[in-house]
Amino acid sequence: MTPLPTTTAPLLAVDDLVVEHRTPGRPSVRAVAGASLRVGPGEVVGLVGESGCGKSTLARAVCGLGPVSAGSITFEGEPVMPLGLRKRRHTGVQMVFQDPYTSLNPRRRVGDQIADGLRTAGDTATSPADLLERVGLPREFAGRHPHEFSGGQRQRVAIARALAARPRLLIGDEPISALDASAQAQVARLMRDLAVESGAGLLFISHDLSVVRLIADRVAVMYLGRIVEVGRTEEVWAEPRHPYTKALLAAIPHPDGMGVLPAELPGDVPDPAAPPAGCRFHPRCPLVMDRCREEDPAFGPVACWLHEPK
Amino acid sequence: MTALDIAGLKVTIAGRDVLRGVDLRLEPGKVHGLAGESGSGKTMTGLAVLGLLPHGSRATGAIRLGGRDLLTLPPKELNKVRGGEVAMVFQDPATSLHPMLTVGRQLTEHMRHHLGLGKAEARARAVELLGKVRIPGAEEAYRRYPHQFSGGMRQRIAIAVALACSPKVLIADEPTTALDVTVQAGVLRLLRGLCDELGLAVLLVTHDLGVMSAVADEVSVMKDGLVVESGPRVQVLRTPEHPYTRSLLESLPDAEVR
Ligand SMILES: Nc1ncnc2c1ncn2[C@@H]1O[C@H](COP(=O)(O)OP(=O)(O)OP(=O)(O)O)[C@@H](O)[C@H]1O
Ligand SMILES: Nc1ncnc2c1ncn2[C@@H]1O[C@H](COP(=O)(O)OP(=O)(O)O)[C@@H](O)[C@H]1O
Ligand code: SF4
Ligand SMILES: [Mg+2]
Ligand SMILES: [Mg+2]
Repeated sequence: MTPLPTTTAPLLAVDDLVVEHRTPGRPSVRAVAGASLRVGPGEVVGLVGESGCGKSTLARAVCGLGPVSAGSITFEGEPVMPLGLRKRRHTGVQMVFQDPYTSLNPRRRVGDQIADGLRTAGDTATSPADLLERVGLPREFAGRHPHEFSGGQRQRVAIARALAARPRLLIGDEPISALDASAQAQVARLMRDLAVESGAGLLFISHDLSVVRLIADRVAVMYLGRIVEVGRTEEVWAEPRHPYTKALLAAIPHPDGMGVLPAELPGDVPDPAAPPAGCRFHPRCPLVMDRCREEDPAFGPVACWLHEPK
Repeated sequence: MTALDIAGLKVTIAGRDVLRGVDLRLEPGKVHGLAGESGSGKTMTGLAVLGLLPHGSRATGAIRLGGRDLLTLPPKELNKVRGGEVAMVFQDPATSLHPMLTVGRQLTEHMRHHLGLGKAEARARAVELLGKVRIPGAEEAYRRYPHQFSGGMRQRIAIAVALACSPKVLIADEPTTALDVTVQAGVLRLLRGLCDELGLAVLLVTHDLGVMSAVADEVSVMKDGLVVESGPRVQVLRTPEHPYTRSLLESLPDAEVR
């Protein structure tokens, strides 16, 4: 699939990436099945899609944390090597995970954990308390341990810690799902501002298009291991083209006070170990045609037979 | 009619006042939404009702359920209420479901313990409940383990477990926050349907005002351990009185398009 050109040379280039998870005695799971993506310096790219579609697997591969079966990943022009083959962890990429419990040490004060990141970046001017302030927490929280925070507060701490290392690419894997509505927007904007300000790229993963819309320059929609639609955020939002993108948008409940239940998309994401033939979305697509059951629309920017490039 | 009445609830944890006098009333067949910023005390309010506050916390005020005050109930009595008349669903279905027990076992254990049902009876009711929360192939699902289901299905199963003993009150703390919007839509429809059909009084804790708008009848907004605004959904979301509620609505991603 040809990704949309970015205005600047890519910081991160992912091409036809295939990542398979192998579990002994089970068919291998092709979690990422030929995905291409670009992130430029200072650019914010939103990656959206249902749980299990392969977002985290893709993000982990970008960090050198995954077994790449085919395709390539380059960061600043250099191929990304799996972690085992490198001497040091590249600190140019920092990730904020879905679950703050996995990334924060429960036994250390959060201020000390943030200080580690500052040391990595050789930053002597910023204090952990400064970073806490930037993510909207009181400065004196630096002395507390992770369990003394509410869920949302803890995720802000994890973000502060990732930012401390001054990454050139920041990846947030559902970093704001646990925050309240006002904080979601604030923290998403904050992540955007800090990335853009420092010239870093931001790959922002979320299942919530409404937040991605707020901060992403471009959005990539993933379904069952593939990027099915990519485009400028405001265009995708105003005029989604892939039927799956349309379904995602229709499922967002609006805070208009009217008591309207959002539209359901029937069925679950199919098992990536046994993806449907033809278009991967066809069993759930309201617009399915005969052709869709047999032929795979393996093209971009919209992988759907209704939007075949001329 | 009031199913659950929380009055002047104050909670202190390690010398800090996390709830400073919360008043909330839940009615049967109604979803009462509880919104508010992170750390405002939404979860602590739910936990207080369930008698599950962290160790070393002190609660005062009253939580009335059918003529009793849950705050003064002996632990044994409270245990009966929890999982019986009052049930709960959390953000992460893993919190509500035991990973090593089959779905059927988790459903029937509750019923046999709280309702004193026999084995066959409990099984029949469990299969019926799985059908009610729309788990396909209920008979077969009964024998499977939680990890064999998707996140959305696990949350439906957690809801089935919560409903096992025909509760009057359901506390749902961010029940759809960990789910995809597409899956969330299904769970919200389910919650709304169950509330209408079974006359449940639901306390729905959510930071998502879209979710609130879709299913809540009444909306309360918390800030710093206090309820700052409370009223019918349309009123609170369309003509909010408190500046804090207004700021919450204005900060929404799609505030400008409304
Ligand atoms: N175990 C604990 N020990 C001490 N303080 C706690 C504990 N758990 C929570 N708190 C504090 O109690 C207050 C209320 O927390 P609570 O978990 O009710 O917030 P919440 O409104 O549910 O927030 P969120 O939206 O982030 O889940 C917060 O200030 C939090 O820091
Ligand atoms: N370590 C693993 N071993 C086997 N299968 C995995 C592993 N991690 C993820 N998967 C599977 O790969 C698919 C994509 O998962 P993931 O990348 O976590 O999706 P997302 O982040 O979009 O929710 C899912 O079917 C998931 O079950
Ligand atoms: S290719 Fe066919 S099945 Fe696939 S999304 Fe387009 S219309 Fe639907
Ligand atoms: Mg993930
Ligand atoms: Mg909470």
